[in-house]
Amino acid sequence: MAVKVGIPGALLFYLYFPMWQAFFNEIGVQVVPSGRTTKSIMDKGIREALADACVPIKLFYGHVMDLKGKVDYLFIPRVVCLNRKTVYCPKFLGLPDMIKYSVDDVPPIINVRMDSRQGRFAILKAYCEIGKYFGAGKLSVIRAYLKAAGIHYHYNRLLRKGWSPLEAMELLKNPGADKICRPPKANLKFAILGYPYAIYDSFISVSIVEKLRQLGVMVMTAENIHPALLALQKNCDLPKRLFWTLSDIVLKAAHLLFKRGRIDGVLHLTAFGCGPDSLLNKLIEMEAKKHRNIPFMTLMIDEHTGEAGMATRLEAFVDMVRRRKEAEACRR
Amino acid sequence: MPKVTFPRMGESWRAFKMLLEDLGNEVVVPPRPNKRTLDFGVRHSPEFACFPLKILMGTYLESIEMGADTIVTTGGVGPCRAGEYAMLHQKILNDLGYDLKMIVFEPPRLYPFNFIKNVWALNKARISIREIIAHIKRAWRKLQALDNAEKLSHVVRPREVKRGTTTTVYRKVLEWISEAYTTEEIVEAEAAALEALRGIPQDFSKDVLKVGIVGEIYVLLEPASNLEIEEILGDLGVEVERSMFLTGWTRDNTWNETTQGLTVKEAASPYLPELVGGHGRDSIGHTILYAGRGFDGIIQLAPFTCIPEIVARTILPRVSKDYNIPVLTFFLDEQTGKAGMTTRLEAFTDLMRRKKRFHDVSTCLTG
Repeated sequence: MAVKVGIPGALLFYLYFPMWQAFFNEIGVQVVPSGRTTKSIMDKGIREALADACVPIKLFYGHVMDLKGKVDYLFIPRVVCLNRKTVYCPKFLGLPDMIKYSVDDVPPIINVRMDSRQGRFAILKAYCEIGKYFGAGKLSVIRAYLKAAGIHYHYNRLLRKGWSPLEAMELLKNPGADKICRPPKANLKFAILGYPYAIYDSFISVSIVEKLRQLGVMVMTAENIHPALLALQKNCDLPKRLFWTLSDIVLKAAHLLFKRGRIDGVLHLTAFGCGPDSLLNKLIEMEAKKHRNIPFMTLMIDEHTGEAGMATRLEAFVDMVRRRKEAEACRR
Repeated sequence: MPKVTFPRMGESWRAFKMLLEDLGNEVVVPPRPNKRTLDFGVRHSPEFACFPLKILMGTYLESIEMGADTIVTTGGVGPCRAGEYAMLHQKILNDLGYDLKMIVFEPPRLYPFNFIKNVWALNKARISIREIIAHIKRAWRKLQALDNAEKLSHVVRPREVKRGTTTTVYRKVLEWISEAYTTEEIVEAEAAALEALRGIPQDFSKDVLKVGIVGEIYVLLEPASNLEIEEILGDLGVEVERSMFLTGWTRDNTWNETTQGLTVKEAASPYLPELVGGHGRDSIGHTILYAGRGFDGIIQLAPFTCIPEIVARTILPRVSKDYNIPVLTFFLDEQTGKAGMTTRLEAFTDLMRRKKRFHDVSTCLTG
């Protein structure tokens, strides 16, 4: 029987799961994802995690609890830096330790450190270390890594085409389907800015993407923008870049969208108590102030967010944007 | 002439004021954070920014009212949010319509040119490099003197015969150190200060508990933000040892890591091998070291939503169990009340005292 490795379906799952899955499968390890968030997963997470932590972290705890007992290993890499410039949120940096020392009888954790600042092949070395857990040779690890990187590239291309991570993961499984069904088109286009693990987890974001689509709005996120366009934003007129990779991407996306102006509304989805977002939100807000023609709204989610409240706010926002657009069209 | 101000952190302003004046600046001493400071700070800061950002925001606004137009502060390289605060403060202040200059000191080991540039910008009197170094050395000596006096006050306070004597004497000796100018005067003032603190009538037969305070540097160092926790504990008969003083921390983070800094890192590494920014790893390391030195308990202080301290707080219960040492955590923000805090501290002290007594009895019984 193959060794089972559990990958909790939260946080970096939405960015790297296809890559990790391909890698593990290639070295002959079975991957067990924890699946979609449910009420019971959320409740378990809330019970286990520290009250002061943010919802995504609590959710991660829930997914770990869900996998506990079902798998031989848990894959929680210590992802420090992947682009040689920015690091991840401190909670990501301490994540393996937090899980290890606060959850009782967790399966052994694969907590390799991934820090691309350590050298050219640091990431590959990290993957070799993962391979060591399962006795995989260097050559097979390198082969698996290359294949995984290829999958990651395809996955990112699908994301850029406008698919959400879960849809893209489906498309990776049965290629060709993207030619048949395209992402739906509509006359309003909103950008939802925020972290992928908050936006795409339809449980904690109370399915914001689907709700907007039902209201006749096309939705895009920072993942749909080409990284080169984001890189062109440089430091977003700040004397210092934001330290955190995901926040940096969101801020750059916000600058790009506001500057380009081909968007009808911008939403910032943030989690209660999110550390980096306290700065990020203020910076986006200040940028939004400079571009009065594009409506902007901040939505805050936590574990108690209600379906109805969120729906009302979204409907009101969409109505206002639509009315404004019609009025502008008449004026012309 | 530009008027310079800087963040207030405990009593360190006395040394910074001297240094900046020596360099030929007019200094606006930041007022002690009070209710009004907090109101200002909370109004103009992001809701979930941590407490230090809000206090500093308020302090800057109050200093600006007093005429300041240049702010000297520190930067950082992350991943703690504090490294970005100077930038955010400036953005918010500009947004409010204040036009002011920010001089941000980044870690000199990584950004030597930034350091030289900033010192040059502050050197209004155009004095020579040798003199600048002498001035910095003198200010450093003063900081050390202030820290030493504070350290001693923590030891004396729980044993004082008449409650409140230490605080009165401590306030007085701070002025002596403050007035000292040359190095000889500072050394003399420090000796006199320590002498005066030691001279306070003390009751050495008192059963005094020993508690270590760990956590985030700003809330540790600024008594207005931690509601004078050291005084409350001292009055409860608890001797406090704080894990961080400005001089120690600065030394570890600017030019040279001391052996103390390295030991802390080493102690924490089985639990948290990664630097999570801020003082998360230090909190764990210090807790382990204090437990090894036989302390009765640990108090962790952290601002609300502080990311590194949340990581530390998640791991600390395990450390507490493994090393058999009680740990109490306070997440501080503008809503924290002194009465609530005192009650929690009283309960914690009672529990520690009971644990200690029980432990003493049980060791007696077993031999």
